[in-house]
Amino acid sequence: MCTVCGCGEGESRIEGENHHSHDHEYNHQHSPTSDDNTHHYGHGPAHAHAPGMNQSRMVQIEQDILGKNNEYANTNRSLFASKGILALNLVSSPGSGKTSLLTRTLQDMKDNIPMTVIEGDQETSQDANRIRATGVAAIQINTGKGCHLDAHQVGHAVKHLSPQDASVIMIENVGNLVCPAAFDLGEAYKVAILSITEGEDKPIKYPDMFHAADLLLLNKIDLLPHLDFDVLKCIEYAQRVKPGIQILKVSAKTGEGMSDWYQWIRLAHQTRLIGHYPQKQSTKIVKEAV
Amino acid sequence: MHEMSLCEGVLQVLETEAKKQSFSKVKTVWLEIGNLSSVEPEAMLFSFDVVSRNTLADGAKLNIINIPGNAWCMQCARKVLVKQRYDECPECGSYQLQVTGGDEMRIKELEVE
Repeated sequence: MCTVCGCGEGESRIEGENHHSHDHEYNHQHSPTSDDNTHHYGHGPAHAHAPGMNQSRMVQIEQDILGKNNEYANTNRSLFASKGILALNLVSSPGSGKTSLLTRTLQDMKDNIPMTVIEGDQETSQDANRIRATGVAAIQINTGKGCHLDAHQVGHAVKHLSPQDASVIMIENVGNLVCPAAFDLGEAYKVAILSITEGEDKPIKYPDMFHAADLLLLNKIDLLPHLDFDVLKCIEYAQRVKPGIQILKVSAKTGEGMSDWYQWIRLAHQTRLIGHYPQKQSTKIVKEAV
Repeated sequence: MHEMSLCEGVLQVLETEAKKQSFSKVKTVWLEIGNLSSVEPEAMLFSFDVVSRNTLADGAKLNIINIPGNAWCMQCARKVLVKQRYDECPECGSYQLQVTGGDEMRIKELEVE
């Protein structure tokens, strides 16, 4: 990983952006310093002067491993807050119908709320193309060997998208129920999508993800008559891992239950607008007052 | 395999600290990893070996301190030990548990020179 800005060197790519322009040279010195062929132990990093004294020492640092990611996430979060933007992090296993659910949501809601999409996949921009077909601006992040999006990639993508104030950003994470749980992107909520073809025990098989989620969408509910999926059991499992989780049953194909999901987005979006006064509106008020 | 990214995160912290606290080589790293943190210690050891090559932590030893999972049982109104997030309360069998510890991933201390 790049030590200047924290990006994965040559691994992740943000569509349309050639980000990497600085050098990566490790230029560290070894003690004792040996300029001019002399070994001077007093010039070592610990400045030890006593002969034969070992320069090794203990350093207490007590730092979070994900500290860097969390810093970037906080930057994203305060940017979203200042612009009154609702950012949702959509997480699921591959094949749960995330992209279909997202395209339907965009088609039905884009006329009322301005929306943009950040797509995370290991490779290809297929999903971003599907999103763009709905007329909504989307940017693809390819994570390369990475298995999740991180806050730094999202920060760059947001800059590239330049979303308008009071809009909604949908971040479709890489299909993976393990790693994305640990990486905060600065979103307001994590929305987990679980399709009923996956089995009702997913929440306890992948507890970290369902614990991190605020909302669970049970997708492909139209297939219920054909499967042995136990909805009540699944809800019970999800509530074991996260007692306060909210659960909605939806079908992106038939549209069943989708209005509940849209209502949830509208409510979440409204809460982002509390205390947010768009720049344009305030200048207009000033003009009117003059 | 997010242990690889985590190890890159560790290395970043080491490199920042090396400048701040002026050291040039890291010999040992102590990490505190909680039981509920979704980190596989074995994978962490393996990844650290790979990630630290040709850096200031080349050949450094990684020690992982395991932190047990703690939760607050809302029924018993006290702290209990849990192995997984979906565990029931070992005392009363309730699932109304709030995890209070054991999900940390921290770099505790370093031996440097």
